[in-house]
Amino acid sequence: MSFPILSIIMLAPVLGALVILMLPEKEEKIIKITAAVFSFISLVLSIVIFIMYDKSAGGIQFVEQIPWVDYLGISYKVGVDGLSLPMVLLTSLVIFTGVFASWDMHNRIKEFFIFLLVLTTGVFGVFISLDLFFFYLFFEVALIPMYVLIGVWGSTRKEYAAMKLTLYLLIGSVFALVAIIATFLYAAAPEYLGFITLDMVALGTVTYDIAFQKFAFLLMLVGFGFLVPMWPLHTWSPDGHVAAPTAVSMLHAGVIMKLGGYGLIRLGVFYYPEGAKYWAPVIALLCIVNVVYGALVAMVQKDLKFVVGYSSVSHMGYVLLGIAALNTLSLDGAVAQMFAHGIMTALFFALVGNIYHKSHTREIARFGGLAHQMPRVAAGFVIAGLASLGLPGLNNFVAEFLIFLGAFSVDQVILGFISFRLLAILGILGIVITATYVLRVVQFTFFGPRKAEWDHLEDAKGIEMVPIVILIGTLILFGVYPAPLIDLINSGVEPLVAKIQAAAEIGGIF
Amino acid sequence: MIKIAWLLPLLPLLGFVVISFVTKRLKLLSALVAIGTMAASLIISLGIAYEVLRDGVTMESPVEYAVNWLSVPGLTIEAGILIDPLAAVMLIVVCTVALLVDIYSLGYMEGDPGYSRYFSYLSLFGASMLGLVVANNYFQMFFFWELVGLSSYLLIGYYFGRHSAVQANKKAFIANRVADFGFLLGFFYLFLMFGTFNFGELAQAMPAHANSAMLTIAAILVFIGPVGKSAQFPLHVWLPDAMEGPTPVSALIHAATMVAAGVYLVSRQFVLFANAEIALLVVAYVGGFTALFAATIAIVNSDIKRILAFSTLSQLGYMMMALGVGSVTAGMFHLTTHAFFKALLFLGAGSAIHAVHSNSIWKMGGLYKKMPITTWTFVIGTLALAGIFPFAGFWSKDEILLVTRDAGFTGLYILATFVAFLTAFYMFRLIFIAFFGESRSEHEPHESPLSMTVPLLILAVFSIGAGFIGAPFLEKAFWALVYYGKPHHPVPDLLVMAVSTGIALSGILLAWLIYHKKYISAEKIKERFLVVYTILENKYYIDEIYQWFFDKVVLVISSAFNWSDRNLVDGAAHGISDSIRAGGAKLRYIQTGSMQNYALVIFAATILLVIWMAIPVLGGI
Amino acid sequence: MTSIGLQHYLILAAILFSIGFYGSVAKKNGVAVLMGIELMLNAVNINLIAFNRFLNPDVSVGMIFAIFVIVVAAAEVAVGLAIIIKIYRERLTTSVNDIDWLKW
Repeated sequence: MSFPILSIIMLAPVLGALVILMLPEKEEKIIKITAAVFSFISLVLSIVIFIMYDKSAGGIQFVEQIPWVDYLGISYKVGVDGLSLPMVLLTSLVIFTGVFASWDMHNRIKEFFIFLLVLTTGVFGVFISLDLFFFYLFFEVALIPMYVLIGVWGSTRKEYAAMKLTLYLLIGSVFALVAIIATFLYAAAPEYLGFITLDMVALGTVTYDIAFQKFAFLLMLVGFGFLVPMWPLHTWSPDGHVAAPTAVSMLHAGVIMKLGGYGLIRLGVFYYPEGAKYWAPVIALLCIVNVVYGALVAMVQKDLKFVVGYSSVSHMGYVLLGIAALNTLSLDGAVAQMFAHGIMTALFFALVGNIYHKSHTREIARFGGLAHQMPRVAAGFVIAGLASLGLPGLNNFVAEFLIFLGAFSVDQVILGFISFRLLAILGILGIVITATYVLRVVQFTFFGPRKAEWDHLEDAKGIEMVPIVILIGTLILFGVYPAPLIDLINSGVEPLVAKIQAAAEIGGIF
Repeated sequence: MIKIAWLLPLLPLLGFVVISFVTKRLKLLSALVAIGTMAASLIISLGIAYEVLRDGVTMESPVEYAVNWLSVPGLTIEAGILIDPLAAVMLIVVCTVALLVDIYSLGYMEGDPGYSRYFSYLSLFGASMLGLVVANNYFQMFFFWELVGLSSYLLIGYYFGRHSAVQANKKAFIANRVADFGFLLGFFYLFLMFGTFNFGELAQAMPAHANSAMLTIAAILVFIGPVGKSAQFPLHVWLPDAMEGPTPVSALIHAATMVAAGVYLVSRQFVLFANAEIALLVVAYVGGFTALFAATIAIVNSDIKRILAFSTLSQLGYMMMALGVGSVTAGMFHLTTHAFFKALLFLGAGSAIHAVHSNSIWKMGGLYKKMPITTWTFVIGTLALAGIFPFAGFWSKDEILLVTRDAGFTGLYILATFVAFLTAFYMFRLIFIAFFGESRSEHEPHESPLSMTVPLLILAVFSIGAGFIGAPFLEKAFWALVYYGKPHHPVPDLLVMAVSTGIALSGILLAWLIYHKKYISAEKIKERFLVVYTILENKYYIDEIYQWFFDKVVLVISSAFNWSDRNLVDGAAHGISDSIRAGGAKLRYIQTGSMQNYALVIFAATILLVIWMAIPVLGGI
Repeated sequence: MTSIGLQHYLILAAILFSIGFYGSVAKKNGVAVLMGIELMLNAVNINLIAFNRFLNPDVSVGMIFAIFVIVVAAAEVAVGLAIIIKIYRERLTTSVNDIDWLKW
């Protein structure tokens, strides 16, 4: 592959940032159009690789490699497979729609878009990197702009939230870094690879000692658990969601949280299958807490964004459930759920941002009957809500169905008396609780008698409809015809499952 | 036509898309699109029925074809079509009622600002319902099962400006969600046992596991789905409230078709229940109990639509009971006749409500003079519901009574006969109060427009005639087409017929005495049995119990979790950060700022380092 | 009568270093502290040259080092004095006790 398509996808946003850097501050319109154009380049190319990826061949494709620091085994190596390609597509969809969702911002536009685009490059970089050094580097590149974006353009306790989010994610990344370095040193030993490398593929060929696997997987679990976020490491996320400006909330809930799930699967499960088996019961227990607890807490929130924030906690629990079950269906479902949840939650935040921008409040109790004034926003919100509660015909249903079926078919007893199936059933019960809180929010916000107080609100129209239409279209497309997405994911999950099955049968921790 | 059965759900879906995006502003065109697509579906359904009869498609040899919808290792999900007589009957019922309701709505929804939205929802419902009927596997069934739930949600909340409407649609969705949770687990268990969702393949594999514990669990879990969708006790609470939707919707979705989907599901894969005896008993007794339970509530209600809703509950219970005692034929037969006469009753009620602008039967009265067509078609529907010869309900209800008695469920037989009495009583109470006697309306009632009365007349014809398709004296009738196992020709039992007719007539007589001639005072009875009356009036307080559970248990737990999230989980995080900060505050005093201190420390440290490094050289300690 | 050997130089350097260290740690006047540092540097220089002379007379690396140190010391004194003079002009003091702005 001579055409460096992945590098262009990744660098397009940062190029856009450079162009914006040279534009005058007051040319807001041109700045926004520039951001849109460059993110559109990423989007188009992502769709191109989504279509061009050869699913029957599977494996890592579109590889580019440039040696960088030879004696440390670092090289710039990128490529995508069935796990990362959906995430790349997700990121480009979310950033493209996120730019349009920020169309009505007027406060320090130039800096805002520069940081936003740099952040995006970081996220792309994490997903396409095949070298641990660059994986980590891009991760930090994604993290720092987030702090500034929330701290400067945020709302509701923004400094607190920005600091909390950055600290949590940094702590998490440090755990992961320790595991990465340990793996790097361990694999370089003569009895394994015999040479030092940070190449993710090469490191994946090593069969690590079981004791080491247990240790390293735990580090990865804690590290990426911060990102996912796994209970009780989750409190940064609702606060962060609430404080962040619309586009950042979209990226944050839509993509940044997925870094955790992606890292846990790509590095954790792939390198340490025995470690994953050993710690799976812990993940299973915690993820059920995520699902049920997150959903119940979402039920009593008073701020629209907090509801969505806690619903993310709840939904990411399903991803963890899929990882804990460690079989084809559940892992397919976990990756699909990351994609579906990313789209769905981006839609939620775009809509909430739209309402907030016009009404200057997000307090559910103050709303009511908004469907009279904003029928399109209401329709979009209802669709996002339906996706959230897993209605068939929308992408989330497919993902959740696969996770549930995968988790349900695990025949295992943990802690001596809790069967895994019972946990799966509790997880499935989450869809009932989700339905309850989603419908309550929809009811209190959009339905009911018309309130004169909100008669000045205008419905979404023109450019505001771009994110709504694109995201809903994606949800429906992959909900009605999920085969392209699921087949793609499955081509990435297959080698993973082969590795898990080949791994020694060891009991879980409990 | 069977070859193009896949068009059935697609046509209304197309209608939905066209109405939503193209004809939204052109109200009449929207309605015509909805009617046109539904009419096309009806034609296809009739064609399918014709081919089923012509080609001798039976329950054992259905026509099935499918494509792979999703395929990953270990799981193949099909999108398929399964046509057998059962599906053919259901298709005709759904398409006919849906088309008539569409036409009726032309007049009923006249001038409503959401005209196009209404018809787009109706089309969406049509698409989901037809997709459900032709499904050939559990996954597809569940897929459309939830989508009909969505359409129902949207239509109940059609008047989204009304608090009661949005309260009701939320309730409907959540009750159905609880049920679908069970349904989902049920067919997960089936998948776990047999590795497939396909009805045919499951039917092949099941007998080997007859009455095993796992199959019984699976069957009971699957049955929870119908309990919700067909509003059986204890998940029945949503249906009466669902009457907040426009009346034609109540007729179509909450009386004739969607709520019958539960009955259809149980019939669709009856082999599952036939191989799980305990589950079958559960079906029978849940159905029987619901029949009685709902009928008793209907006696005291005064909202015309709610009376009909409780009667729907009761009749659905009947159908379930018929299935539970092992007769798919009787259950589906009653489903068919019920669909017609109950749709008729609801549309008639809609016509009456349209005229007097109130749901309360006490605000009506004497309508027979002003609205003859509505009144007399309503009476026909009521006679059919009460099971009076030769109306449709007579044949199907008798068959249920007959199979229940023959299967040895004497208790259920007596219960069902008693319910027949209650049914006749409360329906004629309604008739005498609302349509006869003196007028109590504040408005001047007038007969409804043609688009509303024509569907009433057509349905009235069906309500009289539909029973004959299953009349026991016919040689080749309904029972020869729709059955489980082998066709069972019902032998007409004059005793059962006589008893049920007699008891229905006595119910009518009692209603006539109390509410028309007023020989017996309703007030006196009410005072005499005040406790019973209060309980019935409050629907056995089931709604209150659920409300209490939600408010006092779920919300309290939620608040507790919310508190713990803010205080315990976040508290721990803050604790860590605060202790680091406090530690720093203490440690900062090490930093004196005096250069000489620093130099001293550096020097001392250097000396210590040198000593430590020198230890090996000097031979160790 | 023993000739002057390496150890004498080392003792001299140690004494010089100790005086310098005492001066730099204990003196209050900034100029005196600088002078103490100079003494320590010169003690090191003596060491370097002595080791060069007695242990490895053939090469001159120790002397080169010493010259290097002298140059650096000159530069350091120049900067240090400049800082002290600047501080004196600002604060009218050269006492290191008053120059403690580097703390919390």
